[in-house]
Amino acid sequence: MDFAALSRRRLIVTGLPALILGLSLRPAHAAPPPRTLTAMREFAGGVAPMNGRVLLDIPPLVENGNSVPLTVSVESPMTETDHVAEIALFSERNPLPDIARFRLGPRCGQAWVMTRIRLGDTQTIHALARMSDGSVRAASAELLVTLPACIEG
Amino acid sequence: MTSRRFSTALIAALIAAMTSAPASSEAGDGRRSGYLFMSPQTRAMQDDDMANPGMLTVLEGAELWSRPTGPAGRSCADCHGADGSGMRGVAARYPAFDVAEGKPVDLAGRIRKCSAEHLLIEPPAFESRPLLALMTFVAHKARGTRVTTGEDPRLSRGIETGRGLWRTRFGQLELSCAQCHDDNAGRRLGSAPIPEAHPTGYPIHRLEWQTVGSLQRRIRGCLTGVRAEPFPYGADELIALELFLMDRARGMPMETPGVRP
Amino acid sequence: MSRALIHVPPRARAGEIIEIRTLVQHPMETGFRPLPEGGFVPRLILRRFECIYDGAVVFAAELHPAVAANPYIAFRLRATRSGGILFRWIDDQGAVREERAGIEVI
Ligand code: HEC
Ligand code: HEC
Repeated sequence: MDFAALSRRRLIVTGLPALILGLSLRPAHAAPPPRTLTAMREFAGGVAPMNGRVLLDIPPLVENGNSVPLTVSVESPMTETDHVAEIALFSERNPLPDIARFRLGPRCGQAWVMTRIRLGDTQTIHALARMSDGSVRAASAELLVTLPACIEG
Repeated sequence: MTSRRFSTALIAALIAAMTSAPASSEAGDGRRSGYLFMSPQTRAMQDDDMANPGMLTVLEGAELWSRPTGPAGRSCADCHGADGSGMRGVAARYPAFDVAEGKPVDLAGRIRKCSAEHLLIEPPAFESRPLLALMTFVAHKARGTRVTTGEDPRLSRGIETGRGLWRTRFGQLELSCAQCHDDNAGRRLGSAPIPEAHPTGYPIHRLEWQTVGSLQRRIRGCLTGVRAEPFPYGADELIALELFLMDRARGMPMETPGVRP
Repeated sequence: MSRALIHVPPRARAGEIIEIRTLVQHPMETGFRPLPEGGFVPRLILRRFECIYDGAVVFAAELHPAVAANPYIAFRLRATRSGGILFRWIDDQGAVREERAGIEVI
């Protein structure tokens, strides 16, 4: 399945901007801090995550870190025997590394989730997907968080 | 697929989304709503009623609208109709001249007056959740209608007071509203674009606040930004500024609930 | 009491993949926000979200303080049977909020 095309179609239907589909796949430059690594390892359960199949779509430049729209999709047939079981999001610079986890199954039909998250700072975000066979796929995206001009108090 | 081609598709999609938005945000004479200064992501949040958090406040207001309160067990709905459809367009002509007070009253003030005089209750505090919910509910009924505030000649004195304040330099930074919003609109302050300060989306859901807030709160924020002591909520000065801004936006469509960064 | 907005298409063909969008009113108080008088605003977040359809939990989420206030969660489902779809949010203190929507599968 062509996930890029899928995402673009959604965009035309709803006007939701998947602006940087291409850019968001940039690999992170530096290794994640230890607590983020620990949380990701715990999720992966000893399996080494592989790149590919996960699309993390998040704007590269964010107006306000209090609400950052994000979409994760994973290439998968979503059948009883071959599906995405869980998707997890991790932050490198928030007070806690965990952002959210989503449990999916064959009845979802597609491994696709959209939500809004808080990011205190410019940073790299990681999306990990655990497949029904136990393998783990990963993607990450860097983004720049700017601040509004007039903050109260 | 090249990312270049992708962005062409994106721009086409956004233009489509913009023209189909509930209210077009340009007056046609070059005045631009703050909506047009936002990122595509934040615009999308405003455009989709299922994604705009301000719509939750509209729902909250709808509940309060028909909830009986006070010694007489009355609700707003008893006098103004169950679905509030009588409020269509009302917020687009506020602040309005109040004969009894002999001065302009804004939507918050009008709702507080109805609470005190007609529901016989202690009026909800400025910027309190119930007041904001009722304001957002009422102003949402005006979404898409054009601002007419200022047509009433009794308001001209208040508008002039507002214009004077707009041009007054405030705070340690000694900056006037006009210096930023007239002379430098479209430029950036740090990374934030300076909008033209049109009040057409209020109350707004501001991402920075993580909740809904009034035009007075927004103006107070700009006063704090120039390191001035902000006028207290409900002050005549704030109402004069609201009045001036609404008159300046006359003819522009209301967008409530707007979303702003 | 909080409010929620749920979008479920009213009708779908059997087997069709539909998009569900949910928005619920909640401050998602992180526990990291300092109080002016010292200390922190106590944490209060929605911890869990689940969607129950055609006899099973078909989608669930575990939320942390990094989820934005008024959590927005959209996901996809395969339409299998006409009936109700139940949405449930559970906060730190165990308070439960539920919302229902119906779908007709043709
Ligand atoms: C130093 C520049 C500056 C000054 C002076 C200033 N503002 Fe602003 N104002 C901004 C910026 C920047 C924003 C955009 C919001 C943000 O990111 O903080 C804004 C936003 C606004 C908005 C919201 C517009 C919308 O689209 O919702 C209003 C209304 C406003 N200002 C009114 C005023 C008033 C009234 C004054 C004078 C008392 C004033 N501002 C003074 C910079 C300024
Ligand atoms: C007992 C009847 C009564 C109740 C109850 C009442 N109002 Fe009013 N309201 C009025 C009257 C009468 C006016 C006309 C204003 C005037 O001339 O005094 C008015 C005016 C208004 C206006 C301005 C309308 C315009 O065209 O300018 C708004 C907004 C409003 N009310 C909101 C509310 C809200 C919100 C509530 C509930 C909190 C409420 N009212 C409860 C009688 C009522």
